[in-house]
Amino acid sequence: MLVQFYNVSKIYANGVKALDDISIKIDGGEFVFLMGPSGAGKSTMIKMLYREEIPSRGQIFVASRSLVRMKKKEIPALRRNIGVVFQDFKLLENKTVYENVSFAMEVVGANHREIKSRVIEVIKMVGLHGKEKSLPGELSGGEQQRVGIARALTNRPLLLIADEPTGNLDMNTAQEIMELLFDINRKGTTVIMATHAWELVKAARKRVITLESGKIDSDINPGEFTLCK
Amino acid sequence: MQIRNAVYFFREACKSIARNHLLSIATVSTITICILILGMSVLITLNTSTFLDSLESDVEIMAYLDQDLDNAGVKDVQEKLESLAGIETITFVSREQALKDMQETLGKKDYDLESTLGKNPLPDSFEIKATDSHDVPDLAVKIEKIYGIYKVNYGKGIVEQLFSTARWVRVVSLVFIFLLALGAIFLIATTIRLAIFARRKEIYLMKLIGSTDWFIRWPFFIEGIGLGSLGSLLSIIILAAAYGSLLSRVDTILFMPLVSGTNVLINLYLSLFAAGAVLGIIGTGISINRFLDV
Ligand SMILES: Nc1ncnc2c1ncn2[C@@H]1O[C@H](COP(=O)(O)OP(=O)(O)O)[C@@H](O)[C@H]1O
Ligand SMILES: [Mg+2]
Repeated sequence: MLVQFYNVSKIYANGVKALDDISIKIDGGEFVFLMGPSGAGKSTMIKMLYREEIPSRGQIFVASRSLVRMKKKEIPALRRNIGVVFQDFKLLENKTVYENVSFAMEVVGANHREIKSRVIEVIKMVGLHGKEKSLPGELSGGEQQRVGIARALTNRPLLLIADEPTGNLDMNTAQEIMELLFDINRKGTTVIMATHAWELVKAARKRVITLESGKIDSDINPGEFTLCK
Repeated sequence: MQIRNAVYFFREACKSIARNHLLSIATVSTITICILILGMSVLITLNTSTFLDSLESDVEIMAYLDQDLDNAGVKDVQEKLESLAGIETITFVSREQALKDMQETLGKKDYDLESTLGKNPLPDSFEIKATDSHDVPDLAVKIEKIYGIYKVNYGKGIVEQLFSTARWVRVVSLVFIFLLALGAIFLIATTIRLAIFARRKEIYLMKLIGSTDWFIRWPFFIEGIGLGSLGSLLSIIILAAAYGSLLSRVDTILFMPLVSGTNVLINLYLSLFAAGAVLGIIGTGISINRFLDV
Protein backbone atom coordinates (compact mmCIF):
# COMPACT_ATOMS: atom_id res chain seq x y z
CA MET A 1 0.00 0.00 0.00
CA LEU A 2 1.67 3.21 -1.16
CA VAL A 3 -1.03 5.80 -0.52
CA GLN A 4 -3.87 5.73 1.99
CA PHE A 5 -6.51 8.40 2.71
CA TYR A 6 -8.64 7.75 5.82
CA ASN A 7 -11.75 9.93 6.17
CA VAL A 8 -9.92 12.98 4.92
CA SER A 9 -11.72 16.33 4.95
CA LYS A 10 -10.27 19.68 4.05
CA ILE A 11 -11.78 23.01 4.97
CA TYR A 12 -9.73 25.99 3.78
CA ALA A 13 -9.21 29.04 5.96
CA ASN A 14 -11.93 30.88 4.03
CA GLY A 15 -14.48 28.22 5.00
CA VAL A 16 -14.61 26.40 1.63
CA LYS A 17 -14.99 22.68 2.12
CA ALA A 18 -12.79 21.26 -0.64
CA LEU A 19 -12.79 17.59 0.46
CA ASP A 20 -15.44 15.75 2.42
CA ASP A 21 -14.63 12.43 4.08
CA ILE A 22 -12.39 10.89 1.42
CA SER A 23 -11.05 7.34 1.90
CA ILE A 24 -8.95 5.64 -0.79
CA LYS A 25 -6.07 3.21 -1.08
CA ILE A 26 -3.55 3.10 -3.90
CA ASP A 27 -1.06 0.27 -4.35
CA GLY A 28 2.52 0.59 -5.52
CA GLY A 29 2.71 0.26 -9.31
CA GLU A 30 -0.85 1.46 -10.00
CA PHE A 31 -1.87 4.13 -12.51
CA VAL A 32 -4.78 6.12 -11.11
CA PHE A 33 -6.84 8.93 -12.62
CA LEU A 34 -8.43 11.48 -10.32
CA MET A 35 -11.29 12.75 -12.41
CA GLY A 36 -13.79 15.47 -11.77
CA PRO A 37 -14.98 18.87 -12.89
CA SER A 38 -13.14 22.04 -11.98
CA GLY A 39 -13.51 22.77 -8.28
CA ALA A 40 -14.15 19.13 -7.35
CA GLY A 41 -11.06 19.00 -5.10
CA LYS A 42 -8.51 17.21 -7.32
CA SER A 43 -5.70 19.70 -6.78
CA THR A 44 -6.38 19.72 -3.06
CA MET A 45 -5.87 15.94 -2.93
CA ILE A 46 -2.73 16.20 -5.06
CA LYS A 47 -1.25 18.93 -2.85
CA MET A 48 -1.89 16.82 0.23
CA LEU A 49 0.22 14.02 -1.21
CA TYR A 50 3.38 16.12 -1.15
CA ARG A 51 2.21 17.93 1.96
CA GLU A 52 1.69 21.39 0.60
CA GLU A 53 -1.71 21.15 2.33
CA ILE A 54 -2.64 19.09 5.37
CA PRO A 55 -6.09 17.59 6.10
CA SER A 56 -8.44 19.35 8.49
CA ARG A 57 -9.61 15.90 9.58
CA GLY A 58 -8.52 12.36 8.85
CA GLN A 59 -5.20 10.70 8.12
CA ILE A 60 -3.00 10.34 5.05
CA PHE A 61 -0.21 7.77 4.75
CA VAL A 62 2.40 7.69 2.02
CA ALA A 63 4.71 4.68 2.17
CA SER A 64 3.31 3.98 5.66
CA ARG A 65 4.27 7.40 6.99
CA SER A 66 1.61 9.70 8.39
CA LEU A 67 1.71 13.06 6.62
CA VAL A 68 -0.41 14.59 9.38
CA ARG A 69 2.00 13.72 12.16
CA MET A 70 5.08 14.37 10.01
CA LYS A 71 7.46 16.99 11.39
CA LYS A 72 8.53 19.92 9.24
CA LYS A 73 12.09 18.72 8.93
CA GLU A 74 10.93 15.33 7.64
CA ILE A 75 9.14 16.87 4.66
CA PRO A 76 12.20 17.08 2.33
CA ALA A 77 12.77 13.32 2.64
CA LEU A 78 9.11 12.66 1.71
CA ARG A 79 9.27 14.97 -1.28
CA ARG A 80 12.41 13.35 -2.63
CA ASN A 81 10.29 10.25 -3.17
CA ILE A 82 7.57 12.12 -5.03
CA GLY A 83 7.85 13.69 -8.48
CA VAL A 84 5.36 16.45 -9.29
CA VAL A 85 4.22 17.49 -12.79
CA PHE A 86 2.20 20.67 -13.26
CA GLN A 87 -0.35 21.91 -15.76
CA ASP A 88 1.72 25.05 -16.43
CA PHE A 89 5.03 23.07 -16.51
CA LYS A 90 6.75 25.44 -14.03
CA LEU A 91 10.02 25.45 -15.94
CA LEU A 92 12.73 28.00 -15.20
CA GLU A 93 12.71 30.18 -18.33
CA ASN A 94 16.35 31.27 -18.13
CA LYS A 95 17.68 27.73 -17.78
CA THR A 96 18.22 25.26 -20.60
CA VAL A 97 16.44 21.91 -20.83
CA TYR A 98 19.51 20.25 -19.33
CA GLU A 99 19.70 22.77 -16.48
CA ASN A 100 15.99 22.53 -15.72
CA VAL A 101 16.40 18.81 -15.22
CA SER A 102 19.78 18.86 -13.44
CA PHE A 103 18.35 21.50 -11.11
CA ALA A 104 16.22 18.84 -9.44
CA MET A 105 19.32 16.83 -8.56
CA GLU A 106 21.52 19.77 -7.62
CA VAL A 107 19.06 21.07 -5.06
CA VAL A 108 19.01 17.78 -3.19
CA GLY A 109 22.82 17.79 -3.13
CA ALA A 110 23.61 15.05 -5.66
CA ASN A 111 27.17 14.89 -6.99
CA HIS A 112 28.31 15.98 -10.43
CA ARG A 113 28.94 12.62 -12.04
CA GLU A 114 25.63 11.20 -10.87
CA ILE A 115 23.84 14.28 -12.16
CA LYS A 116 25.39 14.18 -15.61
CA SER A 117 24.67 10.55 -16.40
CA ARG A 118 21.18 10.58 -14.89
CA VAL A 119 20.09 13.83 -16.58
CA ILE A 120 21.13 12.60 -20.02
CA GLU A 121 19.32 9.33 -19.31
CA VAL A 122 15.97 10.93 -18.37
CA ILE A 123 16.13 13.45 -21.20
CA LYS A 124 16.43 10.50 -23.57
CA MET A 125 13.65 8.69 -21.76
CA VAL A 126 11.17 11.53 -22.37
CA GLY A 127 12.26 11.81 -26.00
CA LEU A 128 14.09 15.14 -25.89
CA HIS A 129 17.50 13.89 -26.93
CA GLY A 130 19.26 16.67 -28.85
CA LYS A 131 17.28 19.49 -27.22
CA GLU A 132 19.44 19.71 -24.08
CA LYS A 133 20.69 23.20 -24.87
CA SER A 134 17.29 24.65 -25.84
CA LEU A 135 15.52 27.14 -23.61
CA PRO A 136 11.89 26.41 -22.62
CA GLY A 137 10.74 29.33 -24.77
CA GLU A 138 12.09 27.59 -27.85
CA LEU A 139 10.05 24.41 -27.25
CA SER A 140 6.47 23.44 -28.04
CA GLY A 141 4.01 22.92 -25.18
CA GLY A 142 4.32 19.15 -25.43
CA GLU A 143 8.11 19.34 -25.32
CA GLN A 144 7.97 21.67 -22.32
CA GLN A 145 5.80 19.17 -20.48
CA ARG A 146 8.31 16.45 -21.31
CA VAL A 147 10.96 18.56 -19.60
CA GLY A 148 8.62 18.86 -16.60
CA ILE A 149 8.23 15.08 -16.54
CA ALA A 150 11.97 14.52 -16.90
CA ARG A 151 12.58 16.84 -13.96
CA ALA A 152 10.02 14.95 -11.86
CA LEU A 153 11.71 11.64 -12.74
CA THR A 154 15.40 12.47 -12.17
CA ASN A 155 15.44 11.56 -8.49
CA ARG A 156 13.73 8.16 -9.20
CA PRO A 157 10.53 8.83 -7.25
CA LEU A 158 8.27 6.05 -5.98
CA LEU A 159 5.30 8.16 -6.88
CA LEU A 160 4.71 10.51 -9.80
CA ILE A 161 1.81 12.89 -9.40
CA ALA A 162 0.55 15.05 -12.22
CA ASP A 163 -2.07 17.77 -11.84
CA GLU A 164 -3.79 18.26 -15.21
CA PRO A 165 -0.51 17.69 -17.08
CA THR A 166 -2.30 17.87 -20.43
CA GLY A 167 -4.53 20.80 -19.55
CA ASN A 168 -2.56 23.24 -21.69
CA LEU A 169 -2.01 20.87 -24.63
CA ASP A 170 -4.00 19.93 -27.75
CA MET A 171 -5.52 16.48 -28.04
CA ASN A 172 -2.74 14.84 -30.07
CA THR A 173 0.02 16.19 -27.86
CA ALA A 174 -1.98 15.18 -24.81
CA GLN A 175 -2.14 11.60 -26.14
CA GLU A 176 1.64 11.59 -26.59
CA ILE A 177 2.15 12.77 -23.00
CA MET A 178 -0.26 10.05 -21.83
CA GLU A 179 1.81 7.45 -23.65
CA LEU A 180 4.91 8.74 -21.89
CA LEU A 181 3.20 8.51 -18.50
CA PHE A 182 1.97 4.96 -19.21
CA ASP A 183 5.51 4.07 -20.22
CA ILE A 184 6.88 5.44 -16.96
CA ASN A 185 4.21 3.48 -15.07
CA ARG A 186 5.11 0.28 -16.91
CA LYS A 187 8.68 0.71 -15.68
CA GLY A 188 7.41 0.56 -12.11
CA THR A 189 6.61 4.12 -10.97
CA THR A 190 3.19 4.65 -9.40
CA VAL A 191 1.35 7.45 -11.20
CA ILE A 192 -1.55 9.55 -9.95
CA MET A 193 -2.96 11.98 -12.49
CA ALA A 194 -5.67 14.56 -11.98
CA THR A 195 -7.68 15.53 -15.05
CA HIS A 196 -11.11 16.54 -16.23
CA ALA A 197 -10.56 15.22 -19.79
CA TRP A 198 -12.87 12.20 -20.07
CA GLU A 199 -11.59 11.39 -23.58
CA LEU A 200 -8.11 10.65 -22.23
CA VAL A 201 -9.45 8.65 -19.30
CA LYS A 202 -11.82 6.61 -21.42
CA ALA A 203 -9.08 5.55 -23.84
CA ALA A 204 -6.67 4.62 -21.08
CA ARG A 205 -8.44 1.74 -19.36
CA LYS A 206 -6.92 2.44 -15.97
CA ARG A 207 -8.36 2.89 -12.51
CA VAL A 208 -10.48 6.06 -12.26
CA ILE A 209 -11.53 7.78 -9.06
CA THR A 210 -14.23 10.38 -9.76
CA LEU A 211 -14.62 13.35 -7.47
CA GLU A 212 -17.68 15.53 -7.25
CA SER A 213 -17.86 18.51 -4.88
CA GLY A 214 -15.20 17.06 -2.61
CA LYS A 215 -16.75 13.59 -2.36
CA ILE A 216 -15.83 10.35 -4.11
CA ASP A 217 -18.45 9.65 -6.74
CA SER A 218 -17.04 6.37 -8.01
CA ASP A 219 -13.86 4.29 -7.96
CA ILE A 220 -13.72 2.14 -11.07
CA ASN A 221 -11.09 -0.39 -12.07
CA PRO A 222 -10.15 -1.22 -15.66
CA GLY A 223 -12.44 -3.86 -17.05
CA GLU A 224 -15.50 -2.43 -15.32
CA PHE A 225 -15.43 0.38 -17.87
CA THR A 226 -17.85 -0.71 -20.45
CA LEU A 227 -20.55 -0.69 -17.79
CA CYS A 228 -20.60 3.04 -17.21
CA LYS A 229 -21.13 6.35 -19.02
CA MET B 1 28.23 21.73 4.62
CA GLN B 2 29.74 19.42 2.04
CA ILE B 3 32.34 20.69 -0.40
CA ARG B 4 30.27 20.10 -3.53
CA ASN B 5 27.33 21.86 -1.90
CA ALA B 6 29.57 24.77 -0.93
CA VAL B 7 30.63 25.10 -4.56
CA TYR B 8 26.99 25.15 -5.58
CA PHE B 9 26.11 27.74 -2.91
CA PHE B 10 28.93 30.06 -3.94
CA ARG B 11 28.07 29.71 -7.61
CA GLU B 12 24.41 30.52 -6.91
CA ALA B 13 25.37 33.51 -4.74
CA CYS B 14 27.68 34.88 -7.46
CA LYS B 15 25.03 34.34 -10.12
CA SER B 16 22.50 36.21 -8.02
CA ILE B 17 24.90 39.10 -7.42
CA ALA B 18 25.70 39.22 -11.15
CA ARG B 19 22.04 38.95 -12.15
CA ASN B 20 21.10 41.94 -9.98
CA HIS B 21 24.40 43.68 -10.63
CA LEU B 22 22.99 47.21 -10.53
CA LEU B 23 21.34 46.62 -7.17
CA SER B 24 24.44 44.79 -5.95
CA ILE B 25 26.65 47.74 -6.89
CA ALA B 26 24.23 50.14 -5.21
CA THR B 27 24.17 48.01 -2.07
CA VAL B 28 27.94 47.58 -1.91
CA SER B 29 28.56 51.29 -2.38
CA THR B 30 26.00 52.24 0.24
CA ILE B 31 27.49 49.75 2.67
CA THR B 32 30.91 51.18 1.83
CA ILE B 33 29.68 54.66 2.68
CA CYS B 34 27.92 53.44 5.83
CA ILE B 35 30.96 51.55 7.11
CA LEU B 36 33.20 54.44 6.09
CA ILE B 37 31.19 56.86 8.21
CA LEU B 38 31.00 54.20 10.91
CA GLY B 39 34.79 53.85 10.80
CA MET B 40 35.28 57.62 10.82
CA SER B 41 33.02 58.10 13.81
CA VAL B 42 34.78 55.25 15.59
CA LEU B 43 38.14 56.89 14.82
CA ILE B 44 36.88 60.25 16.04
CA THR B 45 35.39 58.66 19.16
CA LEU B 46 38.58 56.71 19.71
CA ASN B 47 40.72 59.83 19.38
CA THR B 48 38.54 62.08 21.51
CA SER B 49 38.03 59.49 24.19
CA THR B 50 41.74 58.69 24.37
CA PHE B 51 42.34 62.41 24.66
CA LEU B 52 39.58 62.84 27.23
CA ASP B 53 40.85 59.85 29.19
CA SER B 54 44.26 61.44 29.38
CA LEU B 55 42.73 64.73 30.46
CA GLU B 56 40.49 63.03 32.95
CA SER B 57 43.33 61.13 34.53
CA ASP B 58 45.15 64.44 35.02
CA VAL B 59 42.41 65.78 37.22
CA GLU B 60 43.84 66.42 40.69
CA ILE B 61 42.53 67.80 43.89
CA MET B 62 44.58 70.46 45.62
CA ALA B 63 43.82 70.66 49.33
CA TYR B 64 45.29 73.78 50.93
CA LEU B 65 45.99 73.69 54.64
CA ASP B 66 45.34 76.34 57.24
CA GLN B 67 48.35 78.64 57.50
CA ASP B 68 48.68 78.16 61.28
CA LEU B 69 48.64 74.35 61.28
CA ASP B 70 51.66 72.78 62.99
CA ASN B 71 53.48 69.63 61.94
CA ALA B 72 51.31 67.41 64.12
CA GLY B 73 48.20 68.98 62.56
CA VAL B 74 49.54 68.29 59.08
CA LYS B 75 50.14 64.71 60.06
CA ASP B 76 46.57 64.45 61.35
CA VAL B 77 45.21 65.72 58.07
CA GLN B 78 47.35 63.27 56.10
CA GLU B 79 46.07 60.35 58.21
CA LYS B 80 42.50 61.43 57.66
CA LEU B 81 43.10 61.71 53.92
CA GLU B 82 44.66 58.27 53.83
CA SER B 83 41.60 56.82 55.52
CA LEU B 84 39.34 58.05 52.70
CA ALA B 85 38.31 55.51 50.09
CA GLY B 86 38.95 56.07 46.39
CA ILE B 87 42.26 57.89 46.65
CA GLU B 88 45.21 56.74 44.61
CA THR B 89 48.07 59.00 45.68
CA ILE B 90 48.62 61.78 48.20
CA THR B 91 51.60 64.03 47.81
CA PHE B 92 52.53 66.65 50.37
CA VAL B 93 53.65 69.93 48.84
CA SER B 94 55.29 72.25 51.36
CA ARG B 95 54.82 75.98 51.01
CA GLU B 96 58.48 76.33 50.11
CA GLN B 97 58.14 73.75 47.35
CA ALA B 98 54.98 75.47 46.12
CA LEU B 99 56.80 78.76 45.82
CA LYS B 100 59.64 77.14 43.93
CA ASP B 101 57.17 75.51 41.56
CA MET B 102 55.46 78.80 40.99
CA GLN B 103 58.72 80.51 40.32
CA GLU B 104 59.59 77.83 37.82
CA THR B 105 56.23 78.10 36.14
CA LEU B 106 56.76 81.82 35.82
CA GLY B 107 60.10 80.94 34.27
CA LYS B 108 62.10 83.59 36.03
CA LYS B 109 64.74 81.67 37.96
CA ASP B 110 66.87 84.63 38.82
CA TYR B 111 63.93 86.68 39.96
CA ASP B 112 63.46 86.28 43.70
CA LEU B 113 59.72 86.02 44.20
CA GLU B 114 59.96 85.71 47.96
CA SER B 115 61.89 88.89 48.45
CA THR B 116 59.52 90.73 46.17
CA LEU B 117 56.51 89.52 48.07
CA GLY B 118 58.19 90.08 51.40
CA LYS B 119 57.10 86.71 52.71
CA ASN B 120 55.89 83.41 51.21
CA PRO B 121 52.11 83.83 50.80
CA LEU B 122 51.48 80.21 49.80
CA PRO B 123 50.03 77.60 52.18
CA ASP B 124 51.15 73.99 52.58
CA SER B 125 49.03 71.66 50.47
CA PHE B 126 48.27 68.07 49.50
CA GLU B 127 48.07 66.99 45.88
CA ILE B 128 45.50 64.21 45.75
CA LYS B 129 44.79 61.86 42.84
CA ALA B 130 41.59 59.88 42.83
CA THR B 131 41.51 56.26 41.68
CA ASP B 132 38.60 57.14 39.43
CA SER B 133 38.58 60.71 38.26
CA HIS B 134 34.78 60.69 38.14
CA ASP B 135 34.79 60.59 41.98
CA VAL B 136 36.71 63.86 42.18
CA PRO B 137 33.75 66.18 42.88
CA ASP B 138 32.43 63.93 45.69
CA LEU B 139 35.87 63.43 47.17
CA ALA B 140 36.47 67.16 47.14
CA VAL B 141 33.37 67.72 49.27
CA LYS B 142 34.56 65.13 51.82
CA ILE B 143 38.09 66.52 51.91
CA GLU B 144 36.87 70.04 52.44
CA LYS B 145 35.21 68.89 55.69
CA ILE B 146 38.46 67.63 57.24
CA TYR B 147 39.63 69.87 60.11
CA GLY B 148 42.74 71.78 59.16
CA ILE B 149 41.90 72.10 55.49
CA TYR B 150 41.28 75.64 54.48
CA LYS B 151 40.35 75.25 50.85
CA VAL B 152 39.95 72.60 48.16
CA ASN B 153 40.49 73.24 44.49
CA TYR B 154 39.98 70.85 41.62
CA GLY B 155 38.96 72.99 38.70
CA LYS B 156 35.33 72.84 39.67
CA GLY B 157 33.05 73.39 36.68
CA ILE B 158 35.73 72.58 34.16
CA VAL B 159 35.90 68.99 35.36
CA GLU B 160 32.15 68.56 35.24
CA GLN B 161 32.06 70.08 31.79
CA LEU B 162 34.84 67.82 30.62
CA PHE B 163 32.94 64.78 31.79
CA SER B 164 29.65 65.84 30.26
CA THR B 165 31.38 66.71 26.97
CA ALA B 166 33.01 63.30 26.92
CA ARG B 167 29.68 61.66 27.64
CA TRP B 168 27.99 63.61 24.87
CA VAL B 169 30.63 62.79 22.31
CA ARG B 170 30.16 59.10 23.14
CA VAL B 171 26.37 59.17 23.13
CA VAL B 172 26.14 61.10 19.88
CA SER B 173 28.59 58.82 18.09
CA LEU B 174 26.83 55.73 19.40
CA VAL B 175 23.47 57.00 18.18
CA PHE B 176 24.99 57.92 14.83
CA ILE B 177 26.66 54.54 14.46
CA PHE B 178 23.45 52.78 15.46
CA LEU B 179 21.43 54.65 12.83
CA LEU B 180 24.00 53.93 10.13
CA ALA B 181 24.04 50.26 11.01
CA LEU B 182 20.23 50.19 10.76
CA GLY B 183 20.48 51.80 7.33
CA ALA B 184 23.00 49.22 6.14
CA ILE B 185 20.91 46.34 7.48
CA PHE B 186 17.82 47.71 5.78
CA LEU B 187 19.67 47.91 2.46
CA ILE B 188 21.01 44.39 2.64
CA ALA B 189 17.60 43.10 3.70
CA THR B 190 16.05 44.83 0.69
CA THR B 191 18.65 43.44 -1.71
CA ILE B 192 18.17 39.93 -0.39
CA ARG B 193 14.41 40.30 -0.40
CA LEU B 194 14.56 41.27 -4.07
CA ALA B 195 16.99 38.43 -4.83
CA ILE B 196 14.62 35.99 -3.14
CA PHE B 197 11.62 37.52 -4.90
CA ALA B 198 13.36 37.14 -8.27
CA ARG B 199 13.83 33.46 -7.50
CA ARG B 200 10.54 32.70 -5.74
CA LYS B 201 9.48 30.23 -8.44
CA GLU B 202 12.82 28.47 -8.15
CA ILE B 203 12.52 28.35 -4.37
CA TYR B 204 9.00 26.90 -4.60
CA LEU B 205 10.30 24.21 -6.94
CA MET B 206 13.25 23.49 -4.69
CA LYS B 207 10.89 23.02 -1.77
CA LEU B 208 8.67 20.64 -3.76
CA ILE B 209 11.65 18.66 -5.03
CA GLY B 210 12.82 18.18 -1.46
CA SER B 211 15.56 20.73 -0.74
CA THR B 212 16.13 21.38 2.90
CA ASP B 213 15.53 24.94 4.11
CA TRP B 214 19.22 25.45 4.81
CA PHE B 215 20.15 24.31 1.35
CA ILE B 216 17.90 27.08 0.05
CA ARG B 217 19.11 29.66 2.56
CA TRP B 218 22.86 29.25 2.20
CA PRO B 219 23.29 31.00 -1.17
CA PHE B 220 21.37 34.03 0.13
CA PHE B 221 23.42 34.20 3.30
CA ILE B 222 26.59 33.96 1.23
CA GLU B 223 25.26 36.74 -0.99
CA GLY B 224 24.40 38.95 2.00
CA ILE B 225 27.68 38.29 3.78
CA GLY B 226 29.53 38.81 0.48
CA LEU B 227 27.89 42.19 -0.14
CA GLY B 228 28.46 43.26 3.48
CA SER B 229 32.11 42.18 3.50
CA LEU B 230 32.85 43.64 0.10
CA GLY B 231 31.38 46.98 1.18
CA SER B 232 33.32 46.98 4.43
CA LEU B 233 36.53 45.93 2.66
CA LEU B 234 36.27 48.90 0.28
CA SER B 235 35.60 51.28 3.16
CA ILE B 236 38.55 49.89 5.14
CA ILE B 237 40.84 50.44 2.16
CA ILE B 238 39.64 54.04 1.83
CA LEU B 239 39.80 54.65 5.57
CA ALA B 240 43.26 53.11 5.99
CA ALA B 241 44.62 55.13 3.07
CA ALA B 242 43.09 58.38 4.31
CA TYR B 243 44.02 57.97 7.99
CA GLY B 244 47.47 56.67 7.06
CA SER B 245 48.22 59.71 4.97
CA LEU B 246 46.86 61.97 7.72
CA LEU B 247 49.19 60.29 10.24
CA SER B 248 52.15 60.66 7.92
CA ARG B 249 51.63 64.42 7.78
CA VAL B 250 50.58 65.42 11.30
CA ASP B 251 50.42 63.70 14.63
CA THR B 252 48.10 66.10 16.39
CA ILE B 253 44.95 67.95 15.46
CA LEU B 254 44.03 70.98 17.63
CA PHE B 255 46.55 69.84 20.28
CA MET B 256 44.86 66.44 20.30
CA PRO B 257 47.37 63.64 19.75
CA LEU B 258 46.21 61.16 17.06
CA VAL B 259 45.82 57.49 17.88
CA SER B 260 48.44 55.72 15.80
CA GLY B 261 49.09 52.34 17.46
CA THR B 262 49.23 49.66 14.74
CA ASN B 263 47.45 47.16 16.95
CA VAL B 264 44.63 49.55 17.70
CA LEU B 265 44.17 50.34 14.01
CA ILE B 266 44.36 46.70 12.87
CA ASN B 267 41.77 45.78 15.48
CA LEU B 268 39.58 48.61 14.27
CA TYR B 269 39.84 47.48 10.63
CA LEU B 270 39.17 43.85 11.51
CA SER B 271 36.16 44.89 13.57
CA LEU B 272 34.82 46.99 10.71
CA PHE B 273 35.22 44.01 8.39
CA ALA B 274 33.42 41.77 10.84
CA ALA B 275 30.76 44.48 11.23
CA GLY B 276 30.15 44.37 7.47
CA ALA B 277 29.75 40.60 7.57
CA VAL B 278 27.47 40.77 10.62
CA LEU B 279 25.32 43.42 8.93
CA GLY B 280 25.10 41.02 5.97
CA ILE B 281 23.98 38.18 8.20
CA ILE B 282 21.37 40.28 10.02
CA GLY B 283 20.07 41.82 6.79
CA THR B 284 19.76 38.41 5.15
CA GLY B 285 18.21 36.91 8.28
CA ILE B 286 15.43 39.50 8.16
CA SER B 287 14.40 38.56 4.63
CA ILE B 288 15.38 34.91 4.40
CA ASN B 289 12.19 33.19 5.45
CA ARG B 290 10.05 34.76 2.75
CA PHE B 291 8.63 32.21 0.33
CA LEU B 292 10.19 29.39 2.31
CA ASP B 293 6.92 28.30 3.87
CA VAL B 294 5.66 25.72 1.36
N1 LIG C 1 -5.90 27.82 -1.09
C1 LIG C 1 -7.24 27.80 -1.13
N2 LIG C 1 -7.93 28.58 -0.29
C2 LIG C 1 -9.28 28.55 -0.31
N3 LIG C 1 -10.01 27.80 -1.11
C3 LIG C 1 -9.38 27.00 -1.98
C4 LIG C 1 -7.95 26.96 -2.04
N4 LIG C 1 -7.59 26.07 -2.98
C5 LIG C 1 -8.74 25.58 -3.51
N5 LIG C 1 -9.82 26.13 -2.90
C6 LIG C 1 -11.22 25.82 -3.16
O1 LIG C 1 -11.40 24.44 -2.91
C7 LIG C 1 -12.23 23.85 -3.90
C8 LIG C 1 -11.50 22.72 -4.58
O2 LIG C 1 -10.45 23.28 -5.34
P1 LIG C 1 -9.37 22.42 -6.12
O3 LIG C 1 -8.85 21.37 -5.20
O4 LIG C 1 -8.41 23.34 -6.74
O5 LIG C 1 -10.27 21.73 -7.24
P2 LIG C 1 -9.88 21.19 -8.67
O6 LIG C 1 -8.40 21.03 -8.75
O7 LIG C 1 -10.62 19.90 -8.78
O8 LIG C 1 -10.38 22.18 -9.68
C9 LIG C 1 -12.65 24.97 -4.84
O9 LIG C 1 -13.90 25.46 -4.43
C10 LIG C 1 -11.59 26.02 -4.62
O10 LIG C 1 -12.12 27.30 -4.83
MG1 LIG D 1 -7.00 21.82 -10.08
